[in-house]
Amino acid sequence: MTQPKLDTSPAVADEIRKTTCYMCACRCGINVHLKDGKVKYIEGNRDHPINKGVLCAKGSAGIMQHYSPARLRAPLKRVGPRGSGEFEEISWEEALTTAAEWLASVRETAPEKLAFFTGRDQSQSFTSWWAQQFGTPNYAAHGGFCSVNMAAAGIYTLGGAFWEFGSPDWERTELFMIFGVAEDHDSNPIKMGLGRLKERGAKVIGVNPVRTGYNAIADEWVGITPGTDGLFILALIHELLKAGKVDLDYLIRYTNAPFLVDDDPDSPTYGLFLRDGEGPDKVWIWDRVTNSKQPLDKPGVKPALRGRVEIDGKPYRPVFELLAEKYLDEANAAEAVAERCGISADRIKRLAAEIAHTAFEKEITIEQEWTDFKGETHKTITGRPVSFHAMRGISAHSNGFQTCRALHVLQLLLGSVEVPGGFRFKPPYPKPVYGHPRPHHTVTPGKPLDGPHLGYPRGPEDLALDANGNAKRIDKAFTWENPLSAHGMMHMVISNAHAGDPYPIDVLFMYMANMSWNSSMNTSQVMDMLTDTDETGEYKIPKIIYSDAYSSEMVAFADLILPDTTYLERHDCISLLDRPISEVDAMADSIRWPVVEPDRDVKGFQSALLELGVKLALPGMVDKDGTAIYSDYADYMINHERRPGIGPLAGWRGNGEGRGRGAPNPEQINRYIENGGFWMDHIPQEAAFLKPMNKAYQDWAVERGIFDAPQPYVFQLYVEHLQKFRRAAAGHGENQPPDHLRERITETMDPLPVWYPPFEETRVDVADYPLHAITQRPAAMYHSWGSQNAWLRQIHGHNPLYISGDLWEEHGFADGDWAWLTSHHGKIKIPVARMDALNPKTVWTWNAIGKRKGAWALHENAPETTKGFLLNHLIHELLPEKGDGLRWSNSDPITGQAAWYDLRVRIEKAGADKQSRPDIPAQNSPVGKGPDALRYGEDF
Amino acid sequence: MHPAPSIILFTALSGLGFGLMVWLGLTPGDKSAWVMGTFCALALALSSAGLVSSTFHLGHPERALKALTQWRSSWLSREGIVAILTLGCFTLYAGFWVLLDQRIPVLGWLSAALALLTVYCTAMIYTQMKSVPRWNMGLTPVLFLGYALTGGAWLAGEVTWALWLTAALGLLQVAVWAIGDGRFADTGSSTGTATGLSPMGDVRLLEAPHSGPNYLLREMVHVIGRKHSQKLRVIGMICLALLPLALGLVFEVKHMLAGVIVLMHLAGLLVTRWLFFAEAEHVVGLYYGKR
Amino acid sequence: MTTLPASTDKKLGLVIDLDTCVGCHACVISCKEWNTGSYGAPLSDQDPYGAEPSGTFLNRVHTYEVSPPSGPAQVVHFPKSCLHCEDAPCVTVCPTGASYKRVEDGIVLVNESDCIGCGLCAWACPYGAREMDQAEGVMKKCTLCVDRIYNENIPEEDQIPSCVRTCPAGARHFGDLADPESGVFKLVEMRGGMDLMPEQGTKPVNKYLPPRPRDNPPEIDVLGPLLAQSTDEATGFFGWLDRTLEKL
Ligand SMILES: Nc1nc2c(c(=O)[nH]1)N[C@H]1C(S)=C(S)[C@@H](COP(=O)(O)OP(=O)(O)OC[C@H]3O[C@@H](n4cnc5c(=O)[nH]c(N)nc54)[C@H](O)[C@@H]3O)O[C@H]1N2
Ligand SMILES: Nc1nc2c(c(=O)[nH]1)N[C@H]1C(S)=C(S)[C@@H](COP(=O)(O)OP(=O)(O)OC[C@H]3O[C@@H](n4cnc5c(=O)[nH]c(N)nc54)[C@H](O)[C@@H]3O)O[C@H]1N2
Ligand code: SF4
Ligand code: SF4
Ligand code: SF4
Ligand code: SF4
Ligand code: SF4
Ligand SMILES: [Mo]
Repeated sequence: MTQPKLDTSPAVADEIRKTTCYMCACRCGINVHLKDGKVKYIEGNRDHPINKGVLCAKGSAGIMQHYSPARLRAPLKRVGPRGSGEFEEISWEEALTTAAEWLASVRETAPEKLAFFTGRDQSQSFTSWWAQQFGTPNYAAHGGFCSVNMAAAGIYTLGGAFWEFGSPDWERTELFMIFGVAEDHDSNPIKMGLGRLKERGAKVIGVNPVRTGYNAIADEWVGITPGTDGLFILALIHELLKAGKVDLDYLIRYTNAPFLVDDDPDSPTYGLFLRDGEGPDKVWIWDRVTNSKQPLDKPGVKPALRGRVEIDGKPYRPVFELLAEKYLDEANAAEAVAERCGISADRIKRLAAEIAHTAFEKEITIEQEWTDFKGETHKTITGRPVSFHAMRGISAHSNGFQTCRALHVLQLLLGSVEVPGGFRFKPPYPKPVYGHPRPHHTVTPGKPLDGPHLGYPRGPEDLALDANGNAKRIDKAFTWENPLSAHGMMHMVISNAHAGDPYPIDVLFMYMANMSWNSSMNTSQVMDMLTDTDETGEYKIPKIIYSDAYSSEMVAFADLILPDTTYLERHDCISLLDRPISEVDAMADSIRWPVVEPDRDVKGFQSALLELGVKLALPGMVDKDGTAIYSDYADYMINHERRPGIGPLAGWRGNGEGRGRGAPNPEQINRYIENGGFWMDHIPQEAAFLKPMNKAYQDWAVERGIFDAPQPYVFQLYVEHLQKFRRAAAGHGENQPPDHLRERITETMDPLPVWYPPFEETRVDVADYPLHAITQRPAAMYHSWGSQNAWLRQIHGHNPLYISGDLWEEHGFADGDWAWLTSHHGKIKIPVARMDALNPKTVWTWNAIGKRKGAWALHENAPETTKGFLLNHLIHELLPEKGDGLRWSNSDPITGQAAWYDLRVRIEKAGADKQSRPDIPAQNSPVGKGPDALRYGEDF
Repeated sequence: MHPAPSIILFTALSGLGFGLMVWLGLTPGDKSAWVMGTFCALALALSSAGLVSSTFHLGHPERALKALTQWRSSWLSREGIVAILTLGCFTLYAGFWVLLDQRIPVLGWLSAALALLTVYCTAMIYTQMKSVPRWNMGLTPVLFLGYALTGGAWLAGEVTWALWLTAALGLLQVAVWAIGDGRFADTGSSTGTATGLSPMGDVRLLEAPHSGPNYLLREMVHVIGRKHSQKLRVIGMICLALLPLALGLVFEVKHMLAGVIVLMHLAGLLVTRWLFFAEAEHVVGLYYGKR
Repeated sequence: MTTLPASTDKKLGLVIDLDTCVGCHACVISCKEWNTGSYGAPLSDQDPYGAEPSGTFLNRVHTYEVSPPSGPAQVVHFPKSCLHCEDAPCVTVCPTGASYKRVEDGIVLVNESDCIGCGLCAWACPYGAREMDQAEGVMKKCTLCVDRIYNENIPEEDQIPSCVRTCPAGARHFGDLADPESGVFKLVEMRGGMDLMPEQGTKPVNKYLPPRPRDNPPEIDVLGPLLAQSTDEATGFFGWLDRTLEKL
């Protein structure tokens, strides 16, 4: 017999349409292959700056997401009790009219009675603008429970965070240390980067209690005890300082190391910089040559880094001396922290040495002329091939802000930020605190808010408090409890609204956040709050509007559902005004566009929101005569201008040549589509490094509309803004914290990074709750969405709790066993599995695999509902009482970031079981259940 | 391996049928056409029922004839072809005898030889699987032939032969179990060799590639019920050999008792055949931390 | 075509780098989506939204934990698909000729229109690389994306397997392992590429690059000169600081 003849060149598709993935926030470029009008194949777009052709599991499974049986089909009106999931389909006209009726009276009387929170929003620059035009102060997205510690620490220290706002210099770094990352938002770029490091033979060190994923391929694993990274990093700093392994030249030139700090404890400006006017960096330094105070930007000065000087009769010391003194203290020595961190002192020292060796012995010199902000031209740029990355492992703790700060300070001491081989920003970052707005919260009924809701407070004067010191925002963001809550505090909205504290609200409007389930702490109680009624039988949260694309758990708790399209069916804008997709060497933005038409009565949420805005006659959305300014979101993307010439999309503005700036171009979206869905503009060579101080970069950024005037700045080892809050706590100034917070503010808001134990372990008996419990994101799942995906749920259909070999043996566990896991707040019953590559004091599980019965069009006996579970039931948004009559929130005291990973638990063996506990009763599915068999691709 | 009822029946029944053919071909005795007809019908029914049953587990039984094409390399193909030849030859042999009352011994011998060859081919389908070490040894075809001859002897009423063979088969089966138990270890395969990671240390599955079941696990990694295997071995041995031997040695084997012994032997055969599959561990289980 | 070719012109296959694979399952899903709409019958899923979802996949990623004699346990992500063995037992057992190994490039394929779904080839494969599609009743396996790698409707740079193209970490490599000049051949040479279960005698074409040694502190004497400086002297840290600043 001969071998069969094969057609090795079959036609692949009728057409390829290029758009942007939305199976997670990484926002990769995708080529969607269409055959007979159906999606046949999705691959990465090779030209795209983010993913350069690759695609993750979720991205490839986009087909199953797009055709998911859980897709909502039409607007829904609740007909059963809240939480039951009983709905009736209604028309869009009815849905939007109902919403407009609810909201119009609120706007006219008390706009703050609308709380509009937008979860995993990728259009925050648009939704926040809408909320601002509405006039409510109560707007934020999910950042407050996500990673605001990382974001805020980055902004206050460097002018930008790791996250997706910057990246290690994958091509040059020789030592890469990654702290507390399982996936991150920069999902594909990190994997590509790690692959590149492996190819080049660079060393990867993973600092993580759990060794999976990125940490599994790390050349060295540091299995740290959760919540102690700050200690570990400060010990590295201690050892480096002791050995003189810091980059003094860099510190002097590019950081506030030489800034003079008021050293008189009795002075109202104690701990603040000696200023020379109003600008951020208008400060005095001490010139070693002339022995006199000099302005920072005076060419040729030689700033002192040590020594107490008297100026006009007052003592001052440079930042660096304060820093060195603080961290050279033996309390930060490797020996002092080793046990607590679970890392031996020798190892800490060896790691410090290795870092020093790489940074200083493997120094890189790049021949590239550039000019700094003082006007000084340099022939070369010095690179330090050590880079770091970190995410929620360090930020989702109540000491996370300061831990993230500590890591940035370590980077600065090594001189490895914005230099070759180190960490580099992606435009529009870096952008210092001063480049961001302050928070705005002044309400005028019937009128827009006085400015953008979210921002970076510079001192107590920026807090969102009324004259009586009460919170102006429903989430109590920007209060003394968490002054720098730059992303808002979405995780507090439901409990505050339920308690009517600081005030009751009328309408809770949410978008894209599964708040009754995996994005809340204390899930069961949140469901109770959403369904709780007052004496008159009215719901305590009177009206809930929600937009989702799928039949999630949260859908069951809304009164009105605005069904969104899938990501392949709508316009979207990944804007430089938002969280863009830029690269270290280029600015970039992108769009989504309807590559297939919806086959249901659904509408892109942004377009729906514009229509609602028109019904409410919101300024900026209607003309004087009340007609709509934008016909839909695509129209807004093209024609909206935030500042003259600056719009949501930066590419092909004006006549099509405009880059960053230019009048609206009606052809703009078409040009994006022609170009594969994105736009990219490279940074000039001489502008590539040290961007904050680099004149060429500053000028280029102004040209491109990133800012309107150059705003050079230096990195902040010492964050003066923090000290301002401490001064208030010490009794200075008009705005002072309530007495019960003075001590905490003084302890935690140190202008130089400090470590303190995570709060929960100071409130519970750690002998009773000896274990840390954490979650990790599985690479192949995105939060709760993945479970409706027929392909992905075969990979992660349920989640065991992984426990260390020691514990396994101590408790006599065997394969197939279940356990009770107990925290100060609750108890869950769950399956367990053994893992040795795990910090012995830690247990963990995959995040958000557990599902409520009836949700996501799954059958009620789906493993996600029987064996799957959420750790969230054990986490409370408040800390255990400590007998002071107060309930303190379980979050970072500076930013309000939810402290997910502070959780302490104990474990007990339980018999085998078939149902995890708690077993929440089923919700009705408004979309029925998925089919019993699939043969996707049959038609092709 | 998954003990699929269709395959257990296929191998068990066809083995019996072909075993009976061997005896009918070699020692037909002086049966009347009627009696011979009944025996031949039984042999044909058993062997073809077995063959038919084997098609039940096919994804595409309508293409079954394609399975005859690869005799040069495939034992399944060979088995199919030889089985058809056997059936043809034996039908001819039986036809001449029953219909024309013509006894053609050459056809009988040929049928017997072909029947043995068929059973050998069946056995070789399993024996050739290096991936299933328990099967992958020279004793497997001997065992299958032993089963066929013994069962055939009981069916054919060759009591003396049957008793000797039963005793031998019992011993053989025990030996096969004993040797089979060590086969997997002998191959040296482990999760370490399966992954190539053994030089690094002890290798253990941490997370399976899929949280649910799949074809491989259902088909090749059968662990359910294996914990009863010692018990089943005893039961199998009692039915297969000990009781038939005891009864056959104590009583005179006739009519009813012959029927009882045959049924008992058959029950034993089904139990041991179930074990043949259920106890066979495929090396793919190593990837799943299971055997 | 159940007999194996004595030799093949090329030995196309994959080289998988266990040092780099982060276990993201991207290759698993990319393989599924490409192959469910391409070569042969779709890769079906049973009970996709129910209690026991289970479907046909041609590539799966296992995760192993390795405990070395000393040092912490390690985790290795382990993708596995057909290894396109030179002595492929799955081919020789096939009674219909549906399974065959291509003479020109060594790819092992199933001709689905000849397959009776007997499952024997899956039994014969030691690696679990074949899965019977429950809806179609035919055997499925990695095709090495034979309908991509020569496909003239696909841009040349994309004429590689779907799993290779998608792998974010670059842990999968495709090429001709018979060609000493090929990238994959050199990788195997350089990194000590290995066979899975060589004792099965299948002679796999696909090779695995073992994880590089981990958790080994570097050999450079980092503790000596690097960390022991300034503070030992009488002037301490600030003495060092002054001296260094002088030089700046
Ligand atoms: N235990 C524990 N809990 C955690 C975390 C943890 O690490 N551990 N992590 C926390 C963090 S950082 C986060 S960000 C949250 C995330 O938690 P969530 O914000 O709840 O995230 P998702 O599960 O992605 O849910 C978002 C909702 O958006 C819907 N959606 C999906 N696509 C669309 C669309 O196109 N349009 C619309 N309108 N809706 C859509 C989904 O159906 C889903 O209901 O979880 C938090 N919860
Ligand atoms: N595939 C996928 N990608 C995602 C998401 C998703 O759901 N799925 N979600 C997106 C979202 S919203 C976010 S916020 C990002 C989050 O991205 P990551 O920060 O990567 O998210 P986590 O899974 O929370 O990872 C936290 C890691 O920190 C470790 N860890 C916990 N406590 C500590 C500690 O005290 N110290 C150290 N060093 N490590 C610790 C955990 O073991 C875990 O590996 O991911 C985004 N990307
Ligand atoms: S990382 Fe994956 S899911 Fe996220 S955007 Fe990229 S391809 Fe899509
Ligand atoms: S891996 Fe398995 S299926 Fe692939 S050629 Fe080898 S034996 Fe055959
Ligand atoms: S299942 Fe198909 S390919 Fe496999 S051996 Fe049987 S006929 Fe051949
Ligand atoms: S080569 Fe093609 S068929 Fe084979 S595993 Fe990769 S994607 Fe799947
Ligand atoms: S795509 Fe690459 S990194 Fe991800 S599991 Fe597959 S081989 Fe490993
Ligand atoms: Mo997040």
